[in-house]
Amino acid sequence: MLYFSRWKVTAILLTIFVALVVLIPNYLSSDQIKSYWPSWLPGRQVVLGLDLQGGVYLLYQVDVNDYKQKRLKSLEGDIRQAMRDEPRIGYTGLGIQGDVVQMKVRDADKFDEAAKRLRNLLTPLSTGALGGVAVTEFQLDQGSDGLMRLGFSEAGLDKRLGTVVQQSIEVIRRRVDQMGAVEPSIQRQGSDRILVEAPGEKDPARLKNIIGRTAQMTFHLVDLNVSPEEAAKGNLPPGEILLKQKEAGGIPMVVDETPLMTGEDLTDAQTSFQSQTNEPVVSFRLSTSGARKFAQVTSDNVGRLFAIVLDDEIISAPRINEPITQGSGQISGHFTVETANDLAVLLRAGALPAKLSVAEERTVGPGLGADSIAAGERAAMIGTVAVVIFMLAAYGLFGVFANVALVVNLILIMAIITILQATLTLPGIAGIVLTMGMAVDSNVLIYERIREEQRLGRSPVSAIDAGFRRAFGTILDANITTLIAAIVLFQMGSGPVKGFAVTHVIGIVTTMFTAITFTRLVVATWVRYRRPSVVPL
Amino acid sequence: MRLLRLFPDDTKIPFMKWRKWSFLFSGIASVLCFVVLYTHGMNTGIDFQGGTLMEIQTKSGPADLEGIRHTLDGLKLGEVQVQSFGADNDVLIRIVRQNGGDEAQTAVVDKVQAAFGDSVDYRRTEVVGPRVSGELAQNGILGIISALGLIMVYVWFRFEWQYSLGAVIATLHDVVLTIGFFAVSQVEFNLSSIAAILTIVGYSLNDTVVVYDRIREMRRKYKRLNLVVLLDLAINQTLTRTTNTALTTLIALSALVIFGGEVIRSFTASMLFGVVIGTYSSIFIAAPVLIFLDPQLAGDKSAKKVEDDSEEAAEPA
Repeated sequence: MLYFSRWKVTAILLTIFVALVVLIPNYLSSDQIKSYWPSWLPGRQVVLGLDLQGGVYLLYQVDVNDYKQKRLKSLEGDIRQAMRDEPRIGYTGLGIQGDVVQMKVRDADKFDEAAKRLRNLLTPLSTGALGGVAVTEFQLDQGSDGLMRLGFSEAGLDKRLGTVVQQSIEVIRRRVDQMGAVEPSIQRQGSDRILVEAPGEKDPARLKNIIGRTAQMTFHLVDLNVSPEEAAKGNLPPGEILLKQKEAGGIPMVVDETPLMTGEDLTDAQTSFQSQTNEPVVSFRLSTSGARKFAQVTSDNVGRLFAIVLDDEIISAPRINEPITQGSGQISGHFTVETANDLAVLLRAGALPAKLSVAEERTVGPGLGADSIAAGERAAMIGTVAVVIFMLAAYGLFGVFANVALVVNLILIMAIITILQATLTLPGIAGIVLTMGMAVDSNVLIYERIREEQRLGRSPVSAIDAGFRRAFGTILDANITTLIAAIVLFQMGSGPVKGFAVTHVIGIVTTMFTAITFTRLVVATWVRYRRPSVVPL
Repeated sequence: MRLLRLFPDDTKIPFMKWRKWSFLFSGIASVLCFVVLYTHGMNTGIDFQGGTLMEIQTKSGPADLEGIRHTLDGLKLGEVQVQSFGADNDVLIRIVRQNGGDEAQTAVVDKVQAAFGDSVDYRRTEVVGPRVSGELAQNGILGIISALGLIMVYVWFRFEWQYSLGAVIATLHDVVLTIGFFAVSQVEFNLSSIAAILTIVGYSLNDTVVVYDRIREMRRKYKRLNLVVLLDLAINQTLTRTTNTALTTLIALSALVIFGGEVIRSFTASMLFGVVIGTYSSIFIAAPVLIFLDPQLAGDKSAKKVEDDSEEAAEPA
């Protein structure tokens, strides 16, 4: 156990040297790395977790019910349209019942024709080609009495939901990019969740406001013939809805349910200032088809009001003074520069396909982060020094060996964290300190074993040899059991807890490496040069 | 230089003689833990209950806890806890889960921020919705059970089933007492507490495995030795290692508890407790429980060929 081939010695020393080189960029500023650090060397720095550098962790949940209702509503419209096609099919009771749209066909001889038209609305999501099963979004349930029920198919809903999450991620990414926020990570979690992590974000409220908005923009004609009071009592003409105003004390207005235009007709939106009042406004440009539609509508309805609606709230309701034909316009709504900017970002990035709600939110201010780093560093420093002193007192010269191994261990842990770009959190620092405490266990096991072997009358060399050999099995068993618990923790944990598990796992691995190779190398070298007559343990 | 040794060499402490007392003590302690858990419950944090946690720091002078409580009561958010957190201008606010879905929870933050405005620094905000909190609790329990299961399999694979069972009994004992620690001290039980328990599981097993390792080795060496004598011998031989490792770990943990800051104190304090319990259980539970599990403990498989006569030697006195 005490013989080391030359290449092994080289490999051990080289590992430590590489670890040291990897660590250096952590002590340089990013400017220094750019200008002085050779580009062929690893220039990565430790990634600090949200709890250390401040930032936001947002877990969004796609509101499946909201999405379903939206789809069913549009399906209902499609069905109405389909039945209206010539020759018309008479029906009664068209409406949404829970998760299905149902209706009853009047004439028995139209059942098959109605079913045929409805089948065209099932919306195929993947074809049955190449041996796959054809998946449609909806399925038709046809009763013998002419009752037709269209509901979601399970596979179809899953598939749709996948697309919705993917689209939402893209929309969020566009919004965040345009906002110029510190690069957040946006990823899908589970089947219907999206995790947004923005380390270093200083204004979490604004980020939340931008990400969470559905930002569905629509233009509706206002109906001034019906008073909002009447409408609130339920006397709403068919095809019209009551919406609240954002300003003007939230007084509602009656508007057409079918929008004139939607946000999809916009090609660009920018903040600008109204020439007379110098008030911030959002000016938008319409696509060619949108511009044509807008010109038509505005020339047909000169003198009427049209409401600009964002997520079911009227931002403003200007009067159409003349036909707007140049395909651009302005939205004013008592904005500040910032809210106007944010609205422009939302309009440019497009609407979310479904409502998102925050299922979990964790925000850490930069002040607390800095305090946590300081506390973590202090604890790590004091903990390590205390362990070092104890080892010196308990094992003398061999304590020095153990302490050198401890420092090497620390270097390796930090180097691996840097290379893997694992996130260092406050519990992660705790994990490192805990490893410092537990790491000497291997040395203690070995030293106690050497002592025993020596007291049994063995020579120093043979006692040391036996000590390492016999302690090895124990070290392996003991560390693997700890490793199992740590890996489970890594699997189930998230955020800070995962940070702890990462350093703990890395620490166990490096501890085994230093105990089995590095300490042994140091002791072997000492034996070779000193030729001790007795092991000082 | 004289080296520091906590125990002289060749201690002959009759640990096994105390097993009745240690079992009695641990049994009563475990039952008490369940009793306290039942009567007082755990101070489960928002991770498992859902709700809102905010850490704020007043900008001028020490915080007026009564005033803050009064302001929050005015918001009508249900049960609100206000406590000092480390420094005297640092305040931790916990607001119970609101009725309604996710939106109702996140709205709380806006209300509180509107109430205090710019007079305080918002150091930390955590909001956990009702759905996520249920999952987090479920995952935590699942994590502890699967860790125990996997370790049981590993120890079984490396030793014998009796050792495996003994290790799990000792570890469960530690988990129960640690949960009791949370119930008695009313330290907040949150996600990091689950991490602390899993770490304690890892540490305690590490310790137990070292003792078992020695027991197995001695059984191969001294086939005729009485099991009680053998267990005592194994524990005494590993005593210095057990205490030294516990000490270095406790030293490191103490540094974390004292200097590591308020945010992770419940995490580090519970680990400190767990390491003490874990060390106790390896000596006083894990080893003596082997006597009960199988009086004729068969030892290692590799030793089976020559153990025809060793079985009667394993009979306890």
